[in-house]
Amino acid sequence: MQKISRESLVEKAIAMLQAHEVSAVLGWKKGEFDYDITPALFTDAEDLQKNFVWNDFCGANFSKYLVEKTRNIEGKILTFLKPCDTYSFNQLLTEHRFDREKVYAIGIPCEGMVDIKKIKDACGEGIASIACEEDVLKVTTLYEDAPIAIETETVLAERCLACKSKKHVAYDELLGETGEVLESNRFDEVERLEAMTADERFAFWQNELSRCIRCNACRDVCPACTCEKCVFDNPNSGVENKAAANSFEEKLFHIIRAFHVAGRCTDCGECSRVCPQQIPLHLLNRKFIHDIDRFYGDYQAGAEVGSRAPLVDYTLDDLEASEIFEGRDN
Amino acid sequence: MQVKEYKPLIVAFCCNWCSYAGADLAGNNRLNYPADVKIIRVPCSCRVNPMFILRAFQRGADGVILCGCHPGDCHYTSGNYFTRRRMALLFSMLDFLGIERERTRVEWVSAAEGAKFAATMNDFVATVTALGENKRLEDLRCKK
Ligand code: SF4
Ligand code: SF4
Ligand code: FES
Repeated sequence: MQKISRESLVEKAIAMLQAHEVSAVLGWKKGEFDYDITPALFTDAEDLQKNFVWNDFCGANFSKYLVEKTRNIEGKILTFLKPCDTYSFNQLLTEHRFDREKVYAIGIPCEGMVDIKKIKDACGEGIASIACEEDVLKVTTLYEDAPIAIETETVLAERCLACKSKKHVAYDELLGETGEVLESNRFDEVERLEAMTADERFAFWQNELSRCIRCNACRDVCPACTCEKCVFDNPNSGVENKAAANSFEEKLFHIIRAFHVAGRCTDCGECSRVCPQQIPLHLLNRKFIHDIDRFYGDYQAGAEVGSRAPLVDYTLDDLEASEIFEGRDN
Repeated sequence: MQVKEYKPLIVAFCCNWCSYAGADLAGNNRLNYPADVKIIRVPCSCRVNPMFILRAFQRGADGVILCGCHPGDCHYTSGNYFTRRRMALLFSMLDFLGIERERTRVEWVSAAEGAKFAATMNDFVATVTALGENKRLEDLRCKK
């Protein structure tokens, strides 16, 4: 259950719209089901009152939408940012992807979002509706008479369990309170893989990546991936917008996708969230983040506007490529 | 039946200003290195995008080596510093995916280091020969 109420967000948004301080509100609305909450643009109070949603399913990170919306909309856009979203927001500003003047950012606290895949694991398919209550989700399915109660804590998304920060690093105004940068265990899984043998790692990734259907959702959702012309759209590349023909193409896509955001990925976790095949893309991103921290010093993309991404920077005495495996015994 | 001796195919990206000239010098001095090293000349080591490395493997390379000017000597001042970071991260990622780390290498070779060029290639070819064929980053459609 989120600490800040939906009503207070709606009230704020309506007040700003009616005072003409903003001309549109970027928020969440219900999709086909209660659990597929999608980003939406609201321009009138009635719509907001009726359709705006704020609950444990509002994982979607809006910062990328600002790139397009700030160009196409006259006046300011109000956007609500969870702590992790504010890092993406800053990273986009660092890369001059949108005009800061055109956005009114309201920081809102987040208690962690749930993962529908975990809910389905717990109560099966056929979910008719889900109500978010204090600490529990009441899930009504087509097959059970009474709603099934699931403790929210047990179905939190992986990225929220490994949350790196409850602190808002960008906002014009805060509703509710901001938190602290957290001690996160987000690199544990990367280290577990590093400790395996090369054969085991190869088998692990072969199994994961072979499920990829190349829907490109991971690329499309990523707030760091904002090129208008992507290598994977190039018709001469042989790998444009089509399912991978073999395991080489799978690896090519995944290595290049992760490499293109290396040093700029804020670890928001959107890519893993949207993957319909449940591929742990965050492990590839975190591998780069972890390596960058170890090789070039701690760096958190988006922590501040204007910081220099590690891959467009260097020092005279950087580690040589031949030295990166020193001290590793596998 | 006669078993054909395995000879790896090596792709060497060499920057125009130092390493390519180093390879030339090795030739002029008649230093030996295996003919299976295919040199691709690039304007600067930092011209090499991670995609080039993967593509080389896809098209049949068993090992890929990238050679550039020594740090501080890049014709474009800082190109090889960027290369150094990029390749360190890329190679680490390839290792993370279980691809043999010995198949990729970066070496700084100046225009005066013909002998180093030949020695590097001999050593790299020997390492890759010991590993055998590239199976983990191969594309069967590209096999002859
Ligand atoms: S790569 Fe994934 S975790 Fe990183 S910024 Fe993009 S969507 Fe977020
Ligand atoms: S979202 Fe998942 S299935 Fe779709 S392209 Fe990305 S990794 Fe592949
Ligand atoms: S010109 Fe040789 S590395 Fe840049």
